[in-house]
Amino acid sequence: MKQKLVLVGNGMAGVRTLEELFKIAPDKYDVTVFGAEPHCNYNRIMLSPVLAGEKTIDDIILNSQQWYDEHNITLHVGKKIVHIDRKAQKVIADDGTEAKYDRLLLATGSNPFILPIPGNDKEGVIGFRDIKDVDTMLDCAKKYKKAAVIGGGLLGLEAANGLVLNGMDVTVIHLGSTLMEMQMDGISGAMLKSSLEERGLKFRMTSVTTDILGDERVTGLKFADGGELEADLVVMAAGIRPNIELAKKAGIHCERGIVVNDTMQTFDPKIYSVGECVQHRGQTYGLVAPLFEQAKVCANHLAGYGIGMYQGSVTSTKLKVTGIDLFSAGNFNGDDTTEDVVMKDAARGVYKKVVLRDNKIVGAVMYGDTVDGAWYFQMLRDETDVSDFRQHLMFGQAHLGDSGHGGANAASALPDNAEICGCNGVCKKTIVDTIVSQGLFTLDEVKAHTKAAASCGSCTGLVEQILASTVGDYSDTPKKKAMCGCTDHTHDEVRAAIRDNKLTSIPQAMSFLDWRTKDGCASCRPALNYYIISAWPKESQDDPQSRFINERAHANIQKDGTYSVIPRMWGGLTTPDELRAIANVADKFKIPTVKVTGGQRIDLLGVKKEDLPLVWADLNAAGMVSGHGYGKSLRTVKTCVGSEWCRFGTQDSTGLGVKIEKMTWGSWTPHKYKIAVSGCPRNCAEATIKDFGVVCVDSGYELHVGGNGGIHVKATELLCRVTTEEEVLEYCGAFMQVYREEAHYLERTAPWIERVGLSYAKQRVVEDEKGRKELYARFLESQEVYQVDPWADAVAKDEVREHYIPIKKLANA
Amino acid sequence: MSNWIEIGKVEEIPKQGARVVETAKGDIGIFRTLDDEVFALRDRCPHKNGPLSQGIVHGRRVTCPLHNWKIELESGEAVAPDKGCAASYPVKVENGVVYLSL
Repeated sequence: MKQKLVLVGNGMAGVRTLEELFKIAPDKYDVTVFGAEPHCNYNRIMLSPVLAGEKTIDDIILNSQQWYDEHNITLHVGKKIVHIDRKAQKVIADDGTEAKYDRLLLATGSNPFILPIPGNDKEGVIGFRDIKDVDTMLDCAKKYKKAAVIGGGLLGLEAANGLVLNGMDVTVIHLGSTLMEMQMDGISGAMLKSSLEERGLKFRMTSVTTDILGDERVTGLKFADGGELEADLVVMAAGIRPNIELAKKAGIHCERGIVVNDTMQTFDPKIYSVGECVQHRGQTYGLVAPLFEQAKVCANHLAGYGIGMYQGSVTSTKLKVTGIDLFSAGNFNGDDTTEDVVMKDAARGVYKKVVLRDNKIVGAVMYGDTVDGAWYFQMLRDETDVSDFRQHLMFGQAHLGDSGHGGANAASALPDNAEICGCNGVCKKTIVDTIVSQGLFTLDEVKAHTKAAASCGSCTGLVEQILASTVGDYSDTPKKKAMCGCTDHTHDEVRAAIRDNKLTSIPQAMSFLDWRTKDGCASCRPALNYYIISAWPKESQDDPQSRFINERAHANIQKDGTYSVIPRMWGGLTTPDELRAIANVADKFKIPTVKVTGGQRIDLLGVKKEDLPLVWADLNAAGMVSGHGYGKSLRTVKTCVGSEWCRFGTQDSTGLGVKIEKMTWGSWTPHKYKIAVSGCPRNCAEATIKDFGVVCVDSGYELHVGGNGGIHVKATELLCRVTTEEEVLEYCGAFMQVYREEAHYLERTAPWIERVGLSYAKQRVVEDEKGRKELYARFLESQEVYQVDPWADAVAKDEVREHYIPIKKLANA
Repeated sequence: MSNWIEIGKVEEIPKQGARVVETAKGDIGIFRTLDDEVFALRDRCPHKNGPLSQGIVHGRRVTCPLHNWKIELESGEAVAPDKGCAASYPVKVENGVVYLSL
């Protein structure tokens, strides 16, 4: 016999828990669901767009009747549970329906707080909580003219905006002097107020409502200052209260909410609770992201897996009023121990404030331009030290030359047909429609369904804004981000385990770290392979099957399944013999395209896979080796001609570039790695947008790190100055090694330095001389193993070469 | 009835990998999982014709090397939310030899 699970509360938190449960233990329970409302589970956060006429009720249904049927759920809608008999383990509904349970899940949500003032029970006085309230408002808007909304918080403003759009004359009554004071500071609140006034909303600030006037139906409000206001409809939006009535009556321990532990269990071990009705570590939550985290943990325990703890959430807010971008998170008002960094441009309607304590972000509020909200929020959660880039913190993550979406930074102002994702050609309307029709909540879901932000990621901020303005911000807010769906461990935890426990193969690492899948996925396997070979170059074996095809085939796969071949040209130097050999290969194998690359080499495009070993053999014969133009590895060392020829050159930049490339080629890194050497500050080799750039000066060499010429153009920062070529090589190797040992897989040096701080890199590579020498020694040691030409290897070994050719050719089939 | 064509030995296909059979109608990828299960799919991703045989094989799935679509090796179906299907072919292993039916 299956166990019985009863869910009380057919809303987002409870049903999400069921969804999570079905993912991991689909057959464990017979499930019964009670909902007081006469609907299937719908997206409560989307009530505002329904009221505003931008969506219909059908648009916001999350789980149709069909979903309940498919999972064999006994669904009772329109039945309110009035009693829990904990001894008999059953619940009883207002119509007498009973259901027995082995496990009970309470997800009773919250109720709007109705001000305890005379007249609050008159007709026309409502909250803003469910579909019924929306219907009442839409109905009133047809018959009546004037509305009052009590409460200038998120919900109140959304309600007021919706009523204005339905033609009503709306006044918002607010107790404080700042709108949304839970999310806004004085300045941003005032900016919000004036843009809402432009939309026709009226405000009565610092007003205490004392009476609701009228006979049977409301006719107006009276205030403590003696003033009065006409109103045919009053919407109470003065906050919500956890709905704990049922739990309290059943004797379950409640304070402000139903008290639960880190596994979402109440004081009755058979009864769990999630959502807005819950009090966890003293906190209650009224936003959706935390509910989803709770759902995941609760499902895990209901499934009997017993792992996963809910440790509380840090939340951020975005307002769902179309055309207004605002964002806030954390302690945005600051206190005696914090300092503010502020940027205000009233004419553009932009305001940003970041609150710092000890150079770490503890809060942020933004108005008008919120594209960097996610970035600040990430740093807030990661407790990133921002001292190294404080001077440009306010200009955002990407103030320099971002490519791909025309520099737009306010999604709400963009038209429906604006292309958001330049890689995959996804326009704004497609994203909005998909979010609505597929019931999406998180950035990851939007990426999976629309492909927007799923390639280069430069439009992530815009997609997050669209998601926020469509359904609110649901993105996961876990403190730690798991490497992938196969594990709960973070990149750092996995790296540490591999290092500390000498894990030298992928199966060993997966077994030690309790991987959920037998052999991982296309995301974690390459990462594990890299972590293992970089930590244990001599003790481990590289696993080609866990490498992306480019690194497995030592060539770059093209859209038609052919490959490109780039031989190495040390420091960008070549010879007539090498050029002849390349020309001969191109002729012999009928290679359709020959192109000069951005890294000062020659690319042969359109080579068939089975020809690769033959092409390599000819190139090897002319003395050339793989250029690793396909790898997460050292790519090129770009140089200018330097003092050998150039009248401005201060040092032999070409010669130094060749030395650096001879030292670093063949090394595997977390992501691709580019080096350049310029012979003077004119910087013709563009060394200041490379991972490691050397700029020669008369007195020696400037070493620059963390540059990037890609999606987010980023100039390098100065690491230090040195005087000899030997020092350049030592610092170069040491910096590369600390990056190799500590960055996350697929993290370029620029975001890695942003995460750990330039000071950290300086400390490891510049200040700690002994440490630097050790890093350099470890780099060279690893190179003893990995500085081999993979092309020659494939040419020489039959068992490797055979993988490049078809296993069988069937001429007539 | 099925016309089984001998392809080669299982060991010639790398574990968690694939080899290609060339036919007049295009390539067919022969996949071998960690557990030595063998599957055959037309070597064209339903998305943009990427060569699935070049992808990373994990569990009973392969991830296309071009745009990371995941394809079920047994059915050829794309894993949701992506939609599409690569044709699959009957394949069997007898005494360590792989046979394909077209």
